[in-house]
Amino acid sequence: MQATDIKAASLMPRKKTSEFKEVTRHLIKNRAAVAGLVIIGVFILASLFAPVFATHDPLRTELGNRLQPPTREHILGTDELGRDLFSRMLYGGRISLNIGIISVIIGLTFGVPIGAVSGYFGGKLDIFTQRFIDIMIAFPGILLAIVIVTVLGVGVENVMIATGIASVPIYARLVRGSVLAIKEQSYVDAAHAAGLGDIRIIFRQIIPNCLAPIIVQSTFQIATSILWAAGLGFLGLGAQAPTPEWGAILSNGRAYIRTAHHLTTYPGLAILFMVLGFNLVGDGLRDALDPKTR
Amino acid sequence: MDGALLNTGEIGLYQYIARRLLLTIPVVLGVSIIVFSIIRFIPGDPARAIAGVNATPEFIEQVRVRYALDQPMYIQYGRFISGMVRGDLGNSIFSGRPVTREIGERFPRTLLLATISLMIATAIGVSAGIVSATKRNSIFDNASMFVALVGVAAPVFWMALMLQLLFSVRLGLLPATGSGTIRHLILPSITLGTASAALMARITRSSMLDVLRQDFITTARSKGLNERLVVYKHALKNALIPVVTVLGLQFGILLGGAVLTETVFAWPGVGRLLVDAILRRDYPVVQGTVMMLALLFVLINLTVDIIYAFLDPRIHYQSGSGG
Repeated sequence: MQATDIKAASLMPRKKTSEFKEVTRHLIKNRAAVAGLVIIGVFILASLFAPVFATHDPLRTELGNRLQPPTREHILGTDELGRDLFSRMLYGGRISLNIGIISVIIGLTFGVPIGAVSGYFGGKLDIFTQRFIDIMIAFPGILLAIVIVTVLGVGVENVMIATGIASVPIYARLVRGSVLAIKEQSYVDAAHAAGLGDIRIIFRQIIPNCLAPIIVQSTFQIATSILWAAGLGFLGLGAQAPTPEWGAILSNGRAYIRTAHHLTTYPGLAILFMVLGFNLVGDGLRDALDPKTR
Repeated sequence: MDGALLNTGEIGLYQYIARRLLLTIPVVLGVSIIVFSIIRFIPGDPARAIAGVNATPEFIEQVRVRYALDQPMYIQYGRFISGMVRGDLGNSIFSGRPVTREIGERFPRTLLLATISLMIATAIGVSAGIVSATKRNSIFDNASMFVALVGVAAPVFWMALMLQLLFSVRLGLLPATGSGTIRHLILPSITLGTASAALMARITRSSMLDVLRQDFITTARSKGLNERLVVYKHALKNALIPVVTVLGLQFGILLGGAVLTETVFAWPGVGRLLVDAILRRDYPVVQGTVMMLALLFVLINLTVDIIYAFLDPRIHYQSGSGG
């Protein structure tokens, strides 16, 4: 068993390190992608060190100081309960990043194996899976996430699950398509000939070789999940008070748009920039990973 | 949208359409099962969920019998389906009116909003994409692609609020909320159309650039044809195929986005009806709206696929009707 393993491994296209270097090189040459990386980096740092950067307790209310416009004390102003908007938004960034990443992990965990198995084995299993995916895709955009949250109930954890499940069909479709192409490659035949089991071939050869589209899609999907989660928060179906989630902050600030528009403007800008950052990196990765465009 | 399905190398156009229609049946059934399950999966007693928070025990019992919640699952589902076929989706807990009537009154408004948004998005997106591609790397190209990036990233509800802030609160030009006149339609449709316009601009640009690189364009140019003629007659026709294929998907995204846009602008469509129903735990209305939105999306995708089959030259060739 050991022996065949090594043999099979040597049959795999192995250029991982050089491929990684190549992709990095192309990514760094791409100014938009670098801008995206910088944006994401800033948000990650801000989230990690939120307790350090925060000027105030994000949850402490100060009713005598409500709806203040930006001042030196409160650099982005205060909200309807006198809480410091800047500090709340720092912690809100943590929530959005968490939702983006965890929902993508959920989507990957279910979507990739479903797509891989469906494409690899084909036949009745594939037909069944495809119809199931069709059904999930029949709920347009954010609607599937809304349906799932309706069942699960509100709250940040359920938003992660909902956006994660809503992205499963996207991954399943994508991976199935890639697997159908890779399945025909000679190294997969070689692995069969070497006596490797199907599950091994799927996890050791098929999935590693369709990583490129998965990575690109995941980057975009983080952005989409952040947007969906903010949308759910805005509708009152996501994070609940007093959680400083950006969509929820915006939703609360709506009532004061005439007198204190900073409560809607800044959280929206934060969402926009975070999503923009991931989209820019996604675009850059797609170009860098595609042999045709580089 | 479904590349595997469109690859109909060996079968004719009508077989393809027949197969596409058949495939819609399991999807519709599956959607109905998911919608049916919404109430049944909510933790706790579904009868209580339907009856509402303040219902008396007697009313909860009435609901249980009325919705057959005391019966086995398959009987419940059978009744759900037969009700749906007869156009009976139950009554709203909040208003007491039939769900179909609630939806029927609001549906045309959502359709109007989504259609106008799609028209705006297509007009702006496609023209920006063409100009960007023909004047590649110009200031216009860079600026419009930057705007497109921002347009995709901006949360739709934030766009809505910013437009309200600028055009209603500050400038006082347009009404912030409500419906009824064309002026009420302007801000919501711009809001909803922005992301689609941005996406279509990007798709048109890249597809146009691909086509402009191809041999037949070089040939047309070398024949000394006017550049405008080359771009608008020869290139555009081919470049628009990918744009047409995403129209259905875009319409779906618009339906999803309508939920958020309608909430901000107090636009009385099904999106807002859905959100209100969820917040009020008016589950029959939730079921009805979700079912309707999903069915509409399935229908749109079906139509787009069939239109695409007619337009695709490969399939035309197979069915022998020219090419």
